[in-house]
Formats: sequence, structure tokens, C-alpha cells
Amino acid sequence: MDYETLKLIWWALIGVLLIGFAITDGFDMGVGMLLRVIGKSDMDRRVMINSIGPHWEGNQVWFVTAGGAIFAAWPMVYAAAFSGLYVALIITLCAMFFRPVGFDYRSKIDDPRWRNAWDWGLTIGGLVPALIFGVAFGNLFLGLPFELDPLLRASYHGSFWGLLHPFALLSGLLSVSMLAMQGGAWLQMKTQGLVLMRAQSVTQVTAAAVIVLFVLAGIWLLLGIDGMHIVDMKPAGDKLNPLMKTVAYGNGGWQANYQQMPLLWLIPILAIVMAGLTLLLSRAESVLVFITSSLCVACVILTAGIALFPFVLPSSRDPNMSLTMWDATSSELTLGLMFAAAVVFVPIILLYTIWCYRKMFGRVSKEYIEENSHSSY
Amino acid sequence: MIDEAVVDLSRLQFALTALYHFLFVPLTLGLSFILAIMESCYVMSGKTIYRDMTKFWGKLFGINFALGVTTGITMEFQFGTNWSYYSHYVGDIFGVPLAIEGMMAFFLESTFIGLFFFGWDRMGKVQHLVCTWLVAIGSNLSALWILIANGWMQYPIGAEFNYDTMRMELASFADVLFNPVAQVKFVHTVAAGYVTGAMFVLSVSSYYLLKRRDIPFARRSFAIASSFGLASILSVIVLGDESGYTVGDVQKVKLAAVEAEWETQKPPASFTLIAFPDQEQKKNRFEVKIPWMLGLIATRSLDEEVVGFDRIIPDNEKRIRRGIEAYTLLEKLRSGDTSQETKNAFSDLQYDLGYGLLLKRYTENITDATDEQIRLAAENSIPRVAPLFWTFRIMVGAGFIMLLVFIAAFIQSARHRSSSHRGILYACLWSLPLPWIAAECGWIVAEYGRQPWSIAEVLPTYMSASSISRGEVIGSLTAIIAFYTALAIVEVYLMLRFTRLGPSSLGTGKYHFELTDSPRAQA
Repeated sequence: MDYETLKLIWWALIGVLLIGFAITDGFDMGVGMLLRVIGKSDMDRRVMINSIGPHWEGNQVWFVTAGGAIFAAWPMVYAAAFSGLYVALIITLCAMFFRPVGFDYRSKIDDPRWRNAWDWGLTIGGLVPALIFGVAFGNLFLGLPFELDPLLRASYHGSFWGLLHPFALLSGLLSVSMLAMQGGAWLQMKTQGLVLMRAQSVTQVTAAAVIVLFVLAGIWLLLGIDGMHIVDMKPAGDKLNPLMKTVAYGNGGWQANYQQMPLLWLIPILAIVMAGLTLLLSRAESVLVFITSSLCVACVILTAGIALFPFVLPSSRDPNMSLTMWDATSSELTLGLMFAAAVVFVPIILLYTIWCYRKMFGRVSKEYIEENSHSSY
Repeated sequence: MIDEAVVDLSRLQFALTALYHFLFVPLTLGLSFILAIMESCYVMSGKTIYRDMTKFWGKLFGINFALGVTTGITMEFQFGTNWSYYSHYVGDIFGVPLAIEGMMAFFLESTFIGLFFFGWDRMGKVQHLVCTWLVAIGSNLSALWILIANGWMQYPIGAEFNYDTMRMELASFADVLFNPVAQVKFVHTVAAGYVTGAMFVLSVSSYYLLKRRDIPFARRSFAIASSFGLASILSVIVLGDESGYTVGDVQKVKLAAVEAEWETQKPPASFTLIAFPDQEQKKNRFEVKIPWMLGLIATRSLDEEVVGFDRIIPDNEKRIRRGIEAYTLLEKLRSGDTSQETKNAFSDLQYDLGYGLLLKRYTENITDATDEQIRLAAENSIPRVAPLFWTFRIMVGAGFIMLLVFIAAFIQSARHRSSSHRGILYACLWSLPLPWIAAECGWIVAEYGRQPWSIAEVLPTYMSASSISRGEVIGSLTAIIAFYTALAIVEVYLMLRFTRLGPSSLGTGKYHFELTDSPRAQA
């Protein structure tokens, strides 16, 4: 397998990890956001938390592994993005601190103030990361103000407030609605009674919001934002660094890839269709709603990834220094080795994850929690 | 220029978050195996008391695990946020074990821990037991990969510098994987984790025995902890000695610092038991020495030398000068002169490039460094000696005290007299902090002893930092300290509450507080 193919494979694999994260940890975050919206009583909230109780730890590993994989496959991206978006990332991490402890500690003490405080923590732990990830993704289309010195040290010339461009905020809202929809769809599959009914209506509202925001973002992107394209670069299979190419604005912008391969338009269309189906299926008590919602999440992320391709981290300060999946990658040996590891482990992970979900399949009831009050969350 | 304050604050943040994270990790490593052992006893004997033990210690395990997960996320992303040049420079190698850790270990551990807590009535006994073992194996595998990554920072083999991409690149994965430093570090660290788990169970069980409640439960826990703990502490000490031997072989600077070896002694070197190292004068103000011992530990011979700083610093100065040449050649290569001659010359000197980079802290332009700057860089090419000297001795001291405690506990338990000798029970109870003290000191020896490098002899810590502002790091440091303090208070509160409650917290109706109608049974 040649270096160029490996670079492509790693673009796809990081995409898989991010989508895996958004689908699995996405519903945990969605449930967190909705905890106070759907969960009116302590028992409602316990049902909601216990529906994700056996899974959130495994789901969060998608996030951790995506971080590790970006470190290993795109070290320059890992370095420039996380130091550039320092404040945003620290806020995200602090919000995420609430989740493991929130899940585990909340129900250990029977005191309304204690539980209420953790419920707020879990809400923040769901809402804030979803919002910031969306805002960060939106900023990729606008370009981030970073540059590289001759030793390839990245420096960032913007502030946290600079990230809050209206388009980025729109993208943040899209991300929040999407994960809330995912959380709602999960609850439809795992709960019953009033919680289930409320989850049905919340999913409908958020699915509608996903359609509106996704279409709005698409129109904005087509009409209002200049995309970048590579004018000149050495062959993609060479050993490259991000200072060796010329990049310009224009040339069809971020929709250039779709114009070149019109078949790709199916993906954004599918995203809308799946959100629509999620909306419709939420009226019937169907387990399918979780599948359509997950597919919608996957298609939304793919739409953005394809639009940006081959860019990963465009630089608004000096577009030539933008990081792409061709020139911000690891060496051929590292990519090959990691690919081999992924080929071995990803199927195993999927197998036991599915086994685990199957073992825990079924709706969580109040009665179950009352009976197992000492061991449940 | 890189802001020195940003480097120092980032180091402080990394040290605090790593030390804090490492309060929870060793207990997870050890307790997960103890849970697996207890549940194996349950499956083999069928006695429900072993199931209750697994569930109760599992509850405490969960409280600890939640914080381990929480603080682990910070670790994963901190390389990018605060050490971005490091991430770029060595990500090609260092990222690999981290990514494999995620795929091979974290998924396993975290997926099955859900079933450990929630799967008791969803599957057969044996299936559940398998889940518990997989949690233990997963957490230990994650230790393996993170220590392969860390071992590479200490002894970076299997990598080469690439001037095109301006970074280190993987040359041999087998070298990284079978790095001798990583191997000894792994076994030493996981064994220390087992000791932590064992001491935790031993100490809490002693508390119940002293309070004379839930005796059968506490006795069985005591027995498992004392035998597992004795085996583990013996491994820690033996493997720690092995670790010392490897350090002596490949990390001469660290060894000299730990032993405060300012001057190279005539072999076999004597071991300095107590000393007050003075970094400025380069000597110890007061010393108690044991003849021959250091030579025996570090070289396992009577005629090999243990090199002191009197030789290390001048050697480093020479390497810094060669590093300047390497850097000059690198600039030539990067400006387009890629003639075979330049390439060969650079290739000969590339292992000294890191020493050249040490000068970045003193001058923007490495090639114009003055003699004074070179001398200063050489002086500071070794870590501060006194903190290393003392943390190492505290670690070893704590280890030997624990050895005595475990021996006593094991003998008592083997004679079926674990509850009879209150002195030993008190010793077990009060030894509770020792594994954590030892583990934190061990971390300091390993990581502080690596300074001034982030990757030994390849990349100086100073160069590794991100180009971020002081304000940003102060902000993140404040937020993290505030969060971590609050979380520590909550964690300790819950731990104390549930250890006091003991197995009564399971709600089975069989244990102490449930039998005596105490109001505290509600929880």
C-alpha cells in the first residue's frame, strides 16, 4: 500500500472515530442536556441516567481514541488545533469533568440539593462540549488564524471570542440540536411511560431544528463563505510538510468536491432525509428512530468533512500554511503500523461493544431502579 | 522567544494533573485484580459472601474509577494544548502507543466496566466473571501502552530525525515496543498498583476488624489483600532493583542525580544513604555512605564505574558544541543544500542535535551561542539533585515499611489470627497512605529526573511548550485546581462514607448496620 493511499485511509479512519464518538457519546451528551428538560422528577432522571449507565464509559473512549489517533496520524493538527483553541478546549475539558463523577456520584446520596447540583453538572457536561465542538467545526470553514515558523512551531493569533462568528454559532446550534436529537432517540429506545412520551416530542422538535439549521448552514456556506483549494503541491505520495504548497481562495469554494463528484450530494440529502425520518418515526414507538438519528449524525459530519477535504485545519492567517491530510500526517511507517492495529482492533471493539449493548438491551423501568436502588446510578 | 513563564506554568500544570491522576490509577490497577480474584472465589466456591465482597469493594472501585476517568481526559489532550511543539516533534512515535492504548485497552476496560456494575443479573456467573477479568486486563494493558510511551521519553530508541518534516520519525516499532526502560517501568508500576490495591483493602479490612464488625467479610478481604499484597510488594522491590540496573545502564544522569554523585567514585561505588546535596557548590554537605552498595545495585559488578556529574557536565558541554554544528547543518539542509556531503555530515551529528537545542533557552540564534551561554546550558543539562535524592529515598523507605506490614499481615492471616493482634491491625490501618506516597515520589523521580528534557537528549522541555499566553495558562491552571480540589473533597467524602458503612451499603440486609437498626443504614 502506498503512502498516498495510507493518507486517505487515515482521513477516513479519523472520520470513523469522530462519527463513532458523535453517535455513541453523542447520545450520552444528549441525555445530559435533556436531563432537566425531560426528567421532571428524581425518578425520571434516574431512569434516564441508568439508560446510559452501562455504556457511557465505553462511549467516551471514542473521544479519547479519536484524540490519540489524531495525535498519532496528524500530529501537526493535534498540536496546532489544541494549542490554538486553548481556552475553548480547556472549557470543554472542565465541562466534561462533570460527567464521570456526575453519573457515578449523583445517586449515591439521597439528598435533593446534592442530586440537583449533579444534574446541573450533567447538563453542562452534555451541552457545553456539544456547543464548542460545533463552533470549532464551523470555524474550520472560516479558517483559523494560525501560522507556522520555519521550525514548524505553530502560533495562534486569535482569541476565544474571535471564534464566536455567527456562522460558527449556527454550526454550534446545529451540533447541539443534533446531539439532543440523538439523546432523545436513545431515550425512545430505552425508556417507557412519561419519559418516553417526552422524549418523543423533544426528538421531533430537535430533528426539525437539525433540518432547518443544516439547510441554513449549507446556504450560508454556498453563498457567503470563500472556500480554499490547493493551487500547487508536490505529489500527494511524497514526504511533505505544511510549508510546501500554495493555497488560494475561491474555485467553487467548499462545494468544489461536490461539483466534481455530484454523487456526493447524496450525503447531505441523506442527512436531511434521515432527520425527517427521525421526526416522523418519533410518533411511532419504533426502535428504528435511533438508527435514523445515528445515520443523520454520520451524514452531517461526513458532509462537513467532504466539503473541507483535503483540508483539515485551514489557516486564515496564511492559507498556504493550512494543514491538509496530505501534508500534516505522520510518516509512512507510522500510518501503516497504525492501520494494521486498527484493522485488528476495530472489528474486535465493535464485536464486544455490540455484545455489551445486546446484554443490556431493553427498557429501564422505575421498578427496576427501586429494586436495585443500591447498585443503580 | 518562548515565554519562560509559560513553560514553567505548563510544567506545573502537567505535574499537578499527572500527580493527581496518578492518585487514582494505581488503585484502579490493583483493585481491579483483587475484584477479579474475589469474584473467582465466588464462582469457584459459590459462597455469596465473596459476591458481596466483589460488589462492596467494587463500589469503592467505582468511586475511584470515576475520578481516574475524569482526570485521564486532561492528560490525553494536554500534550496538544500545552506542549504543542512536543506533539509535532515526536507525535509520529509518541502518538502511536497512545492511539493503540485507546483501541486495545481503554475500549476493553470501559466497555466491560459497564457490565461489571450493571450486568450482574443479565448474564451467568462465569460470563460476569469474564467481564471482571477483562476490566482488570484492560486497565493493565493501558498501563503497558502508556509506559511504552513514557519509556520512550526516557530512552528514545527506534526513531530518527527527518529534516524535511522537522521532527522525529519512527524507525523501528520493535525498538519502541521492547524498549528496556519501558519494560522495567511497566512491571514496576503495575506491581506498585497491585500494592496500592492490596494496601487499600488490607487497611480498610483492618478497620472493620478493629471495630469488630462484619468479621467474616473483613477476614476474607484481609486474607486476599495480605497474600496479594505480599507477592506484589516483593515484585515491586525486586523489579525496582531491576529498574535501578536499567537506569544505571541507559540513564546515567538520572542515576547520578538520585544518588547525588557529584564526583565519580572509584568502583565499586558506595551508596549515599543520607546527604544534603548543594547544587551550586556541586557537593553534598553531609553524607552517610554504605561502601560498595551502589556499585552492586547499579552495575552488578565490583569494577564498573557509576559516572558522576564531574564527568557528565563536561561531556554534555562537548555534545552541546557538536549540537551547534548539527544545527548549522540542519539550517543548510532546510535552506535547500541537500548534497550528499551535507546529509552525511548531519547524519553523523544528528544525535547531538537535541543538545544544540538546549541553547534555545539562552539565545535565539543557536549558531552564535557564546562560550558563557554554552557553559550555562551544560550546567543546566542536569536536573535539580536534592528533590530527586530525597523523593527516591522516601519511595524506597515506604516500600520497605510496606514489606514489613504485608509480611506481618500475611503471617497473621495464614495462622487464622488476623483479628487477634491489634497492633498489627493498627499498623495496617495507618499504612494506608504509604503506597500513594511511594507512587507520587516514584513519579517525581522518573519525570523530574528527566529534566531539562521532555524527550531525553532529543527535545528540551523549554522547546516543547506551546506558543500560548501566560494568561491562558494561569486561567486553565486556576480552573483545573479549583475543579480538582472540589472533586477531591467529594471523592474523599464518598469514600469515607462508604468505607464507614462497609458492606451494609449493599442493602442485602445481612451486615452490621442493617442488623442493628442503625439510622446510617439508609444510603
